[in-house]
Amino acid sequence: MIQSFLQFLLPIAGLLPGLLLGVACIPVAQAQEKPYFVTYSHDLEEPGNLEIETKTALAQPGQSHRYGATATELEYGARAWWTTELYLDGQATAQDSTIFTGWRIENRFRPLMREHLINPVLYVEYENTSGADKTLLEVVGHDGQSDLAEPNGEARREHQHEAELKLILSSNLKAWNISENFISEKNLGHEPWEFGYAVGAARPLRTLGSGKPCVFCLEKFMAGAEAYGGLGDTFSLTMRDTSHYIAPIVGWQLPLGRLSFSTGFGLTSSSLDRVYRIGWAFELPQVGNWFHSRSGGAQ
Amino acid sequence: MTRRFFAILCLMASASLLLCAAASSRLDRVPARDHDRINPLATQPESVAAGSLVYRDHCAQCHRADAKGDGRKKPPLRSDHLKLATDGDLEWFLRQGDLAHGMPSWSSLPEAQRWQLITYLRSIQ
Repeated sequence: MIQSFLQFLLPIAGLLPGLLLGVACIPVAQAQEKPYFVTYSHDLEEPGNLEIETKTALAQPGQSHRYGATATELEYGARAWWTTELYLDGQATAQDSTIFTGWRIENRFRPLMREHLINPVLYVEYENTSGADKTLLEVVGHDGQSDLAEPNGEARREHQHEAELKLILSSNLKAWNISENFISEKNLGHEPWEFGYAVGAARPLRTLGSGKPCVFCLEKFMAGAEAYGGLGDTFSLTMRDTSHYIAPIVGWQLPLGRLSFSTGFGLTSSSLDRVYRIGWAFELPQVGNWFHSRSGGAQ
Repeated sequence: MTRRFFAILCLMASASLLLCAAASSRLDRVPARDHDRINPLATQPESVAAGSLVYRDHCAQCHRADAKGDGRKKPPLRSDHLKLATDGDLEWFLRQGDLAHGMPSWSSLPEAQRWQLITYLRSIQ
């Protein structure tokens, strides 16, 4: 598995110097988001900022080939209480093909303008993906590794027009973030509602700022864990044949972005044995102002 | 004609007063127990430096590196409002944010870093 992981990373590593150079030339802000891959907290994008993030999942379903699937996310803070996002998904499967698997648009709203012990966020998403999508941004219904084992040629023929609703509940307590997501997803082509969950907890390794610019200070690292899985559907509201994962996570805030890692361990026979995830996010501050300035608006 | 002019003037003045009242009332709404809180890191020598880094990473993008705001929606942080507010008021405001007016909640920053940021803001007044 480590070998396949390195094989997948090799072409990405080739692009890294160019990417870093590009990022170094533009101002970058530091996001306050948690290093979760599946779970959402109540952190929204700061208004006017654009975050560009990639989330890559590497796995090998039983009896099938290893794959790497990447979701590229463009997240914009429309308001302090409203964040809107576009995802572009793709995947590469060993001894098969590399394909674009679709797009998603999502919006997150904070209905309460104040900070509470538990902060609700409403999440609405529309997905236009193919059956070959393997990004595992959520696990719902009876999703299992058999869905990920189909050859790309067959899987991409299945079109998924799905609406997804999430209730995100999140709390910041003593430097800990604790988040719970309740997921319901509906394939708009006469499929049942599917349900799922994601829960996560994370905190920085040090809460006090050290007072000097540094890369390896403990306050730059966050650690935690998330768990996620399916809860069946309206035809079969049962935990039988559902997938569940538990995944330790680590986030590292670098001067030019945030790097996240996680290894998810499958807990049931339907689950993948392991899912390795890598995330990279950087934030462009006050993107809206760029256009104001260019059109002669106030600086 | 003159009467109508004065009526419009009165209306505008009332609206301005209401807006000012609304603006100032954000800190007036701080609960008493938060208002009275004392910054536990105010006297720590490294707090200003640490707070300046927090400011650079999270605040400068809107309020500018010199904390003078953008002259439009993002207000200056060198102001009488800040001078008059207690440390407890500022910690409450950072934690709560003002989502309706574009200020995010910074509850996700560890509390210690919020206090360091307040120490820094005090140092630049």
